[in-house]
Amino acid sequence: MDIHEYQAKELLANFGVAVPRGGVAYSAEQAVYRAAEIGGARWAVKAQIHSGARGKAGGIKLCTTEDEVRKAATELLGKRLVTHQTGPDGKVVHRLYVEAAVPIERELYLGFVLDRKSERIMLVAHPHGGMEIEEIVKSEPETILRQTMEPAVGMRAFQAREVAFGLGLPAQSINRAVTVLLGCYRAFRDLDATMVEINPLVLTRDGQLLALDAKMGFDDNALFRRPNVSELRDHAEEDPREAQASEHGLNYVALDGEIGCIINGAGLAMATMDMIKHAGGNPANFLDVGGGASPERVAMAFKLVLQDRKVGAMLVNIFAGINRCDWVARGVVQAVKDVGVNVPLVVRLAGTNVEEGRAIITESGLPIITADSLADAAEKVVAAWKHAKGN
Amino acid sequence: MAILINELTRIIIQGFTGDKATFHAQKMIEYGSKVVGGVTPGKGGQSHIGLPVFNTVKEAVDAVYPDASLIFVPAAFCADAIMEAADAGIKLVCCITDGIPAQDMMMVKRYLRRYPKEKRTTLVGPNCAGLISPGKSMLGIMPGHIYMAGKVGLVTRSGTLGYEAASQMKDLGIGVSSSIGIGGDPINGSSFLDILALFEHDPETEAVMMIGEIGGPQEAEAAMWVKQHMTKPVIGYVAGLTAPKGRRMGHAGAIISAFGDTAAEKAEIMRSLGLTVAKSPAHLGEAVAEALANRPAKKKTVTR
Repeated sequence: MDIHEYQAKELLANFGVAVPRGGVAYSAEQAVYRAAEIGGARWAVKAQIHSGARGKAGGIKLCTTEDEVRKAATELLGKRLVTHQTGPDGKVVHRLYVEAAVPIERELYLGFVLDRKSERIMLVAHPHGGMEIEEIVKSEPETILRQTMEPAVGMRAFQAREVAFGLGLPAQSINRAVTVLLGCYRAFRDLDATMVEINPLVLTRDGQLLALDAKMGFDDNALFRRPNVSELRDHAEEDPREAQASEHGLNYVALDGEIGCIINGAGLAMATMDMIKHAGGNPANFLDVGGGASPERVAMAFKLVLQDRKVGAMLVNIFAGINRCDWVARGVVQAVKDVGVNVPLVVRLAGTNVEEGRAIITESGLPIITADSLADAAEKVVAAWKHAKGN
Repeated sequence: MAILINELTRIIIQGFTGDKATFHAQKMIEYGSKVVGGVTPGKGGQSHIGLPVFNTVKEAVDAVYPDASLIFVPAAFCADAIMEAADAGIKLVCCITDGIPAQDMMMVKRYLRRYPKEKRTTLVGPNCAGLISPGKSMLGIMPGHIYMAGKVGLVTRSGTLGYEAASQMKDLGIGVSSSIGIGGDPINGSSFLDILALFEHDPETEAVMMIGEIGGPQEAEAAMWVKQHMTKPVIGYVAGLTAPKGRRMGHAGAIISAFGDTAAEKAEIMRSLGLTVAKSPAHLGEAVAEALANRPAKKKTVTR
């Protein structure tokens, strides 16, 4: 789960990370009020969407008068921002963050991630922050500073000092940098984050270190024990179908193709999608029904997949381990009767109780095409889609 | 021989009295696995499906001498259950449960290393289908009948895609020595490399099929090890060639991920290091058959 910049700053501030003064606004009037509250003569009005590179997309506006703040807020609210991280559809701005603009001396990059290779929390830092960090990393990979944290003792101060000196900070700023680094690490660990990124961390002309932007992502599997994090979820930022799916214990990702898929197991789902492509079609979605695919869950999966108007044919591929094929077949038959499937449907069952499962499908008298193997299923569903499209 | 489990392996089940655990314990017993008891805190002293229940793993170890444990406890308590089994000295622990917090797994991996190598627990999973040595023993939730006993080792991230591979092989008359599901989580107990090393030293295994997924460095690391150390042919496949690049926030992920995260890159790395790569997920069995047929004559005489 991702959260907004202003939420991340609030969380990080609780761990000792200094941030510029700011406040959230849902309307232009509120934005003007926030600017007055903050004081000073320069403000940044920042669109709050779950994406980086907002500046490039016109989502951050620097203002020096109340009128400019009002104008910027009016322009941004309701606007659809497209960045290279949002995908082509972009994201609509519903919230703004108004923040005191600070005089910047230097911009640095800081990121904490779960490193799959070392299986530890890793800090990556670079003396040059900003939007070009990925390009810099590609051309000069040796300039990245890294530290991995021993889970039994956590991040130590010496590790933070090594990074702070490595970033070339002046001696009088080192202790502040150590506070920021250890604070970010503790936030990562104590809140079950998967990512904490401050880009840029700025050194101001008066020697302060401030998080000018902040991003945090969290481990969905740990939200059960982090109620203060899970309440920060913004449903407007999520694909409604994916959110609906996760409420029912299904893992759904919308794609661009025409063949709707219902499969058990993420690996088999990906392999089946590969096979559809191999047979000349394109998957409309990824959908893992998970282990215990009850008839209700299968029916829900059908509803989700068929909400996508592009779907011209459907493939159900279940290899039953925990499941039993007869149980899944009953679910499919019930779903077809209840939901109403008006595109060609191919069902491939394998594993436990496969004979009983196939018998249930055949005896239902419904127009379901059955397939024996993965290749057979993919070929039949692509042929059925092409045939249906031709008519 | 096979690897990790055989007909002598004594098994306990943690979270024994739950519905899923009960169902699969019965399936394992029907298959011939030697299930000797289970652990459910607070239900010690009772009997469940004719087997003793213990309050702690240590009690179970003292009473029924298990070699392996299968964990079904809910995700929030799994890290604890794995550490308890390791502390009680169980040599092999397989965790079926999915949804364990990543930082819990980080702690588990660190905890397992506090024991010297010869006493260290081998963890398989979490979020996996388990292990099977066909005809001998099953420690997991797979449908046992789809596996034919034989000489090809199978190691997969995905449970169901592993079933697909085993049944394609069976259709071609190819059997499996052991099949290990290492699980789909970012941090897991045993890696592809760990399992390949076991297969390399198993006299009953003549070739290995390894099926990976998008994300993470394990497939590339394992392929490199195959090139340097493995004498047996390895057949690979990586699911997710058509998977879209995930939406993401920020740059940190991109900074640490090197070349080799996508399915196409992993398949390319495997090919360049001398592995046979199946051309589609419908050709898993055929790719194994071809690799077995193409083994150099010299190696054949060595293995026989």
